[in-house]
Amino acid sequence: MTAAAEGSIAYRKARQNAKPLLQSEAARGFALVSPTLAFAVVMLLVPILVVIAHSFWTQNYLTVDYTFTLEQYRIALTEPIYRDLLLRSLFISFSVSVLTVLLAYPIAYYISFHGGRHKNLWLFLITIPFWTSYLLRVMSWKVILGYNGVLNSGLLGLGIIDEPSTALLYNSSAVIITLTHAWAAFAILPIFVSLEKVDRTLIEAATDLGDGPIRSFLRVTLPLSMTGVISALLIVMIPTVGDYVTPKLVGGKDGVMISNAIQAQFGKALNWPLGAALSVSTMLVVSAMAAASVLLLRLLVRRAR
Amino acid sequence: MKRLLDRWLPAYAALYIVFLYLPVLLLPIFSINTSAVPKFPLSGFTFKWYEELPRTTALLDAAWNSFIVGIAASLLATILGICAARAITRYRFPGRRPINGLIMAPLILPEIIVAVSMLLVLQRMGLGLTLFTVVLGHVLICIPYSVTVLTSGFEGFDRSLEEASADLGETAWGTFRRVTLPMMAPAIISSLLVSFTISLDDFIMAFFLAGTETTLPIYIWGQLRFAAKLPSVLALGTLLLVGSFILLTIAETLRRRAERRTHLTGVAVA
Repeated sequence: MTAAAEGSIAYRKARQNAKPLLQSEAARGFALVSPTLAFAVVMLLVPILVVIAHSFWTQNYLTVDYTFTLEQYRIALTEPIYRDLLLRSLFISFSVSVLTVLLAYPIAYYISFHGGRHKNLWLFLITIPFWTSYLLRVMSWKVILGYNGVLNSGLLGLGIIDEPSTALLYNSSAVIITLTHAWAAFAILPIFVSLEKVDRTLIEAATDLGDGPIRSFLRVTLPLSMTGVISALLIVMIPTVGDYVTPKLVGGKDGVMISNAIQAQFGKALNWPLGAALSVSTMLVVSAMAAASVLLLRLLVRRAR
Repeated sequence: MKRLLDRWLPAYAALYIVFLYLPVLLLPIFSINTSAVPKFPLSGFTFKWYEELPRTTALLDAAWNSFIVGIAASLLATILGICAARAITRYRFPGRRPINGLIMAPLILPEIIVAVSMLLVLQRMGLGLTLFTVVLGHVLICIPYSVTVLTSGFEGFDRSLEEASADLGETAWGTFRRVTLPMMAPAIISSLLVSFTISLDDFIMAFFLAGTETTLPIYIWGQLRFAAKLPSVLALGTLLLVGSFILLTIAETLRRRAERRTHLTGVAVA
């Protein structure tokens, strides 16, 4: 028995001695995360820094001139074609994110408050369309909105219109509709998660204290679910600004977005610095727009109370 | 007001589901339609678009490439995802939040910007564009999903089970292999399936990083230019849809089982 006790003391000592370096929680956590971190640094952080560096350089036919210049940014932000593309991309991504969140909120609310036992099934139902081929989903919208498309032939069949409308496809609204559809799941999930965390007794308390359904929604449920609304807004707004496939397939000439210009600079035009400056400007401008939207939204919700 | 809401919300939910599913359901409908132009009314039933598929060598090559890339990307993303998810749920260490932010960043960044950044660096390093570079790109965009799936599987995981195993004399590796891994297995498989599906569907990364190689989405993109090819593309899309649906149903079932199992054992031990 004494031997066993001594053994356990010796064992503990050995453990304590080994502790400082590898046994410390921080070091072990850091060691464990390091492969993933290294990958993200090499494949994401460094490339983004390289892009930022390129945006201050100039393309000289096949070589790059490394003298520092802001010329690329001047072109990206003031040349009419790029400025218009950037503004249109911002308009589209703003509309898409606002529309997606507005459409998603009631459904997230419904699932969270009235979903009952089938909450998981509802969420699964909503995520399925999102997992079908992105290209083909966009293609489907082309089929729906086209001249000979489903919507036109349906409206013709019902006698609502006399000849097929050309106004449906190849413009910004076609891009907005398609993207709103494509990003629906991304907006519903975060809003749903934040609604799930809303303490139901608070709503009861508001009702007991005389708030009607609208007031208790505006004063309790909505403010408490704002984190979800904001993440939904950001998770849709920032990626959609750079969407490439949708404008290319359903945007036509009037729906071209900045990503199409970025792709051209990295592809045929072979002007990496300009492509880099366009990418960086897009990121900065969309981040500014996202920040402004979040502030505005917070202000509006506070007012609504 | 409340009654109005109670009546309208389910109707809205139903309408929303129709909006979500309508474009998706058009694929199978027009893929078995005889007319090459996708419009109503339908002209007749046929399987001819499907019969063409196995005879197209370019398609088979692209499918094989996608398969290889998907396997490689899902394995790598899941291994890296396990490291990150485990570190983040299990340990507190300085810089945890910014590190987590960087790892999850591809989820929120415009994909095209991530893709051109990688393209720029790979070209600068003089690395040729092959399926390998596509795998690297796919691993990057799969990791955030993998980490999300794995974290939900690892949270609620009862640490005392590992401690018990260590106290009973099992080595660190033995504990991992005999206690941790079996508990995590469903979440890991679920992460593999989700990553594979993302890789299979991804167009942008492959478009920029594949060089002259083709994957399925690149093949589809090429076919979309020809109106006459549309029905066979729709047939292919339907097959992909069914495939992804099966994979994801398995993934979701496993993820839920993992969640339930970790919670149940947690309760039982407590």
